[in-house]
Amino acid sequence: MTGADRPILELDEVSAAYGPYRALFGVSFSVGRGTVVALLGPNGAGKSTVARVASGLVPASSGSVRVDGRDVAGEPAWRIARLGLAHVPEGRGVFDSLSVEENLVLSFRRLGGRGQVSASLEQAYERFPLLKERRQDRAGTLSGGQQRLLSLAKVLVAPPKVLLADELSLGLAPGVVDDVYAGLADVRRKGTALVVVEQQVDRALALASSAVVLERGAVVYFGPPSGARAAVEQVVDRRARGRRHPASS
Amino acid sequence: MEQLLGFAVPGVPYGCAYAVFAVGLVLTYQTTGVFNVGYGAQAYVSAFVFAWLVEDHAWPVWAAFVCAVVIVGPGLGLALDRFLFRRIPSSNTTAKIVTGLSLLVGIPALLPVVFGNQNLVGAPSIVFNPDTVYFHLGADVPVNGIYLSAVLLTVVMLVVLVLLLRTTRLGLEMRAAVESPRLLELEGVNARRVTATAWAVCGLMAGLAGVLLAPTEVTVQAQDYVTLMVAAIAAAAIAALRSMPVAAVVAVLIGVVSLTAQGYLPTSSFWYSAALPAFPFLVLVGALLFVPGLRHLDEAKDPLSSVDPPPPPPAARARRREVDRLVRTGFFVLLFAFVASMLTWMPPTWETVMNQGMAYSVVFLSVTLLTGTAGQLSLAQATLAGIAAFTAGQLAHHLGLDFLLGGALGAVAASLVAGLLAIASLRLRGLGLALMTLAAALLFDVAIFPAQAVSGGTGGITLKPGWLPLNLFAPNGHAYFLVVLLVLVLCTGGVALVQRGTVGRFLTAMRGSELGAAGVGVNLPWQRVLAFTLSGALAGMGGALLAIQQTVIAPGEFNYQLSLAFVVIVVTTGVGTVEGAIQAGIGLVVVQQLMQYAPQRLQGLTFVLFALGALAYAAHPEGIVELEKRRWTERAERVLTRRRRAPATPAVTGRP
Ligand SMILES: Nc1ncnc2c1ncn2[C@@H]1O[C@H](COP(=O)(O)OP(=O)(O)OP(=O)(O)O)[C@@H](O)[C@H]1O
Ligand SMILES: [Mg+2]
Repeated sequence: MTGADRPILELDEVSAAYGPYRALFGVSFSVGRGTVVALLGPNGAGKSTVARVASGLVPASSGSVRVDGRDVAGEPAWRIARLGLAHVPEGRGVFDSLSVEENLVLSFRRLGGRGQVSASLEQAYERFPLLKERRQDRAGTLSGGQQRLLSLAKVLVAPPKVLLADELSLGLAPGVVDDVYAGLADVRRKGTALVVVEQQVDRALALASSAVVLERGAVVYFGPPSGARAAVEQVVDRRARGRRHPASS
Repeated sequence: MEQLLGFAVPGVPYGCAYAVFAVGLVLTYQTTGVFNVGYGAQAYVSAFVFAWLVEDHAWPVWAAFVCAVVIVGPGLGLALDRFLFRRIPSSNTTAKIVTGLSLLVGIPALLPVVFGNQNLVGAPSIVFNPDTVYFHLGADVPVNGIYLSAVLLTVVMLVVLVLLLRTTRLGLEMRAAVESPRLLELEGVNARRVTATAWAVCGLMAGLAGVLLAPTEVTVQAQDYVTLMVAAIAAAAIAALRSMPVAAVVAVLIGVVSLTAQGYLPTSSFWYSAALPAFPFLVLVGALLFVPGLRHLDEAKDPLSSVDPPPPPPAARARRREVDRLVRTGFFVLLFAFVASMLTWMPPTWETVMNQGMAYSVVFLSVTLLTGTAGQLSLAQATLAGIAAFTAGQLAHHLGLDFLLGGALGAVAASLVAGLLAIASLRLRGLGLALMTLAAALLFDVAIFPAQAVSGGTGGITLKPGWLPLNLFAPNGHAYFLVVLLVLVLCTGGVALVQRGTVGRFLTAMRGSELGAAGVGVNLPWQRVLAFTLSGALAGMGGALLAIQQTVIAPGEFNYQLSLAFVVIVVTTGVGTVEGAIQAGIGLVVVQQLMQYAPQRLQGLTFVLFALGALAYAAHPEGIVELEKRRWTERAERVLTRRRRAPATPAVTGRP
């Protein structure tokens, strides 16, 4: 396989656990360069855990994770990040105690020297004027949605090789969600591969080139987006039936 | 004017010494998230090594400086990170404070064990010659090398650190690592290395401070050392642990104001003897009461904390019924055997030891209730014990009151003081509360306990046999044993009942989340005052019992170090259960007694145990005894399960 068509992110039979609680059971899928994978599944299926294992926040108990062809099992998160993988975690993902500008600077520093940093800041402020207005405020004083925008600004200006976006649109107003997706489409055009974790199935599938459906920590579907809808519905169905007849589950 | 200057200028080096430490405290807090009062001890180590190399080994001054400041300082900082603070989850405020304080107490005690006794008086000066008068301020206020080097050091350190923290990449990363190391790692930064660097920088600064201030003799005497620490804490508190320049200015002011006041006040007045030593404490208390920034310390939570698995359940709750029954029977058998042996064959030395252990256990129950159940850290429990002991002593001395009755009244007094303390600190939490109780403890140590009216002066109060109703002092009488046993059983039962009852639920809710508890209608202020009052009463009863055994109640007996030792001992054995307190009390005296048999050279090892305790606590916040108990009950359960159904079923995949 040549470097160009080697997947940027590959999970192979990955299992993971939180202490004694096992959360993933042999998850495999891969993300091609510049492609978009939608990661779907009901609450507690293990979507966030997949993202955490890929970025090194949670160690895989077995199986292998390859970023850009390199096995990163057991590597610390910061090394994986340096390989070009960015992870925007679920919920709050900014430093509350730092100012908005310091949050951005912290991210942009890895791009290069001071000149590069101030150019990137300009870019970020141009795209999100709100951040410019509040750049001296502590990020903790931003609203939840504004914090998500700050997270987005970091990756938009400095696109990574692969971006794991965990429910980036959660709790945002509909108009802002459109902005977020426009932003994601943007980074994709710049060549970034995306793994999009979403509750809004249609939105994610519209952008995706393939889809992964998880159920109870295992992959039940990996293929083109067109088939994902049915798989998700099946999972939902099974859950509903399982709830009615607990003994059969 | 000339006179004012003459009084004020000598305050400058003191103020600068306070400032250097205050800045260090703010620096460590900002870059590591730890309010490390052990900073003073770190400085002391470097100063010590420096003097030791120069005086005993005739090293050239520059070489000793390099070794003490550039190698030992950062090395110690790195070691603290590696072996202690890295293991403490950043949300565990109690563990961080306790560890820092044990360093403060433990390190200076350990140094003479390692290096032999040294004095630092002859420590050479690095920059300016301390004895040379460089110029005069006004007409005749001399300014010597001590003043100059203190001012120079403070200003340079302040400028360098402010620049480091506010303008460099490293400074930014350090502050980010305090909030969330994992989020920082997602930015491609090695957060561990950043934190280690922060500790090394703090260690370097501490070492520099220690060596450069050593010639001013401010760090040499133990008592100066405490004042130094308190003044520094007060200044850092006024700066809300955030602004280094504010901390430095306040610290210098504290130094200048105290020395000016000392100059003007008549030496025989109350103000001179009591108010002056208490001045830094009052500043600290004032800061804690009125600086709004201190009410929101430690509030920034790691957004990625949901990545950690939940902590394991306590042993008692994971237990199965058979195991439970077994443990219970075992307990009563042991208790019976213990009482029987105390009354029959136990040698008097060991009976005394055991009695003392039980009295300690009563005091420790107050820690169990306050820290274990209610989640409030108090560093004044020994002070509360002392209040009861001195009250009983004075009542017996003046009114001829029975000491046991006096002890009960003393416990009431202690609980009142504890309640007042709780009311005064209602708006504080976590670190702020701990500092408030520490300030109270130090205030009693310095200004109240030594007073003639309280402790009868330096000699203390000697108990007279007539004050006791039963023949408690008789060599072969067991009356004291029975009294202590009765009190211990009643207190243990009482605390267990409180823990299980409604109040216990409220307190547990408060420990879990103050906001959440308030949300479901728990009256937080009232619960907190109640918890403090009850624990004050327990500490008081224990204190009175300890006093009976010691027969002399000396003013230095119930100092802040003892409070600190109490907390460390209880949290290492297990702060969650009443058994933990009893194990701590008995364990403490047994270890102490065994140390008596150890060779003289090893006496300092008590402090090593102390440090090991802090270390164990850092790794296992539930306590070592609790940890072992869980392991054993799990083992016992496994055996029982295997016996019940022969083919062991594989563990079902855990789903929370
Ligand atoms: N810190 C933790 N400790 C223990 N178990 C956890 C922890 N975090 C997640 N889990 C468990 O792991 C499983 C997968 O969780 P995960 O957060 O990956 O789900 P998810 O698909 O992201 O759900 P959601 O859509 O609600 O975000 C769940 O059963 C959850 O209970
Ligand atoms: Mg999730």
